[in-house]
Amino acid sequence: MNSIEYQNIFTRIQARSAPHDGIALPAGDWARDGKPFFSHLMGIIGNAQIGPIYLGTLGVASLACGLIAFEIIGLNMLASVGWDPVQFVRQLFWLALEPPAPKYGLSIPPLNEGGWWLMAGFFLTASILLWWARMYRRARQLGLGTHVAWAFAAAIWLYLVLGFIRPLMMGSWSEAVPFGIFPHLDWTAAFSLRYGNLFYNPFHMLSIAFLYGSTLLFAMHGATILAVGRYGGEREIEQILDRGTASERAALFWRWTMGFNATMESIHRWAWWFAVLCPLTGGIGILLTGTVVDDWYLWAVKHHVAPAYPPYLPAVDPATLPGAAK
Amino acid sequence: MIGFGTRIAIVVGVLLGVAVVFTTFGFPPVNSTQNGPRGTGMAQLGYPGALDRLKAANVLPEAQPASEPSGEKSSAVYENVQVLKDLDSNEFLRVMQAMTEWVAPQEGCAYCHEDGNLASDKPYQKIVARRMLQMTIDLNKNWSAHVAETGVTCYTCHRGNPVPAEIWFMPSPQSKMATYAGGRPDGQNAPSSSVGLTSLPANPFASYLLGNTPIRVQPDSALPKGPGASIQATEGTYGLMMHMSDALGVNCTACHNTQALKSWEQNGTIRAKAWHGIRMVRELNKDYLVPLTSTFPASRLGHEGDVAKINCATCHQGANKPLLGQSMVRDYLASLRP
Repeated sequence: MNSIEYQNIFTRIQARSAPHDGIALPAGDWARDGKPFFSHLMGIIGNAQIGPIYLGTLGVASLACGLIAFEIIGLNMLASVGWDPVQFVRQLFWLALEPPAPKYGLSIPPLNEGGWWLMAGFFLTASILLWWARMYRRARQLGLGTHVAWAFAAAIWLYLVLGFIRPLMMGSWSEAVPFGIFPHLDWTAAFSLRYGNLFYNPFHMLSIAFLYGSTLLFAMHGATILAVGRYGGEREIEQILDRGTASERAALFWRWTMGFNATMESIHRWAWWFAVLCPLTGGIGILLTGTVVDDWYLWAVKHHVAPAYPPYLPAVDPATLPGAAK
Repeated sequence: MIGFGTRIAIVVGVLLGVAVVFTTFGFPPVNSTQNGPRGTGMAQLGYPGALDRLKAANVLPEAQPASEPSGEKSSAVYENVQVLKDLDSNEFLRVMQAMTEWVAPQEGCAYCHEDGNLASDKPYQKIVARRMLQMTIDLNKNWSAHVAETGVTCYTCHRGNPVPAEIWFMPSPQSKMATYAGGRPDGQNAPSSSVGLTSLPANPFASYLLGNTPIRVQPDSALPKGPGASIQATEGTYGLMMHMSDALGVNCTACHNTQALKSWEQNGTIRAKAWHGIRMVRELNKDYLVPLTSTFPASRLGHEGDVAKINCATCHQGANKPLLGQSMVRDYLASLRP
């Protein structure tokens, strides 16, 4: 056996049985759709069985709203290149549907000056909220906790702050994010520039800490479980109920390494809170920007957060000199 | 054993990695010139190869041999002299020869002068050249805040081309097919070379280098004092900065500590030069180029019937100092910086 097999990078053994249809659904629910089948490739990275899927009223409504938003955005992008499919593909990363101009405030602008954006935003938001309700209901129907739905809600919070709550508080849809690949990144940079460097926003700092912390925890946990896979450690639930040598060794490894170890249960709470706190704190940071704090650099200077550097080729602002050109 | 598929995957991965390294990386060594306090990332980066190419593209033409003073003013010797009237007539001839070499080396004197009647105002090029000569003198005399002692000559922009390579026109409006959907506010969201191929508003020139749109968007107080600049205005400024960065071959830290872009404490001296440069370009477009619109034939105008205008790239052409800071005007002080 060579080392790749020990590291179990992929699922190497795929068990096959008759497809599992899932538990019976309560009366009033839709039937599950699609004839299940097996895919060896999917089996390498997850469960080899594909389907059946539960669509349901909420799922169908969410997909319909999502499709409308997708079409509004996509067709606007296509129109912006003169309905040329080749240019659409070539320029796709640059194309966008922009929010209304500042002069429109919170009023409803003409279709081609932000109206389409408002409409796409409405349907996208409806789609996302319906999908959230679907997640919540599916979890309940399976007798699960609703942790996934609430984690998703944290992401929705950030989405709503960026596109709805903050623009409302600022009194202008123009403060919201455009739909587009590069344009939304340029928006992000411009947002930071306009409000005096977002890196000095403490909630942005927290959000980054939780974002990077999440990836670190994910790597630590994933690596730990893979490392004890040879003792059956990947059967985590079993290990929680009946602690075996996999769990003991994993715990000991971390206690030896850094003096403290999470447990088979608590590591998942760590991961959940880090993931959820990333958009929660980020959303707070965005919400405070422009509404409560206008310039995060000056705010950080005021509160002794920003470091001061020695002047380097300093100058007086030429605009303040007498007789300066305008 | 490693399976056949895995081997293929490894080979493809290695080839992709090599392709990425060779097509997107600059060849070492990287030259780093510190231009701010340590630890702030304030440095200009460059590769020897790129610097060699820049040097090769910025070789000065040899100065015309010095002239023997004739003792007579040009206006006494030649007819219809309007700009360099008090210049010695031999020096006048020398400048004319230099201008031919700088602007129309292929076409020669006849590019601006009617054959057999040099005094005539006939070819429109002569009217333009006269105005450009006045512009050059104005620049060297009154804009030392930007061009310093180095100054400019026709060659700074023209480089042997009758029409400088780096000019701009008003963009065409979007096609009628985008009347009801697909509007591009400020021409943004298309890969535009005017803003370094970003999706930023694509024509910063009309707003900032012809118009007086305010460039500063950052507030001067920590807490809000009322409505400030919009995100859209910020994107516009950002687009202008991308143009400047592209035109000068520098990054943001040439003029800013990105900790606080508004600060004049870090690299303020260089930024002040750029500040004057923006005003200079704006004035030149307004006072010299736009008034020439009716002088040019339609074939020289843009889609929107506007005259060719200048931006930072017109002189800089990828160098942080045009012609890498070599002065040509010192050989023509009597005429171009009287």
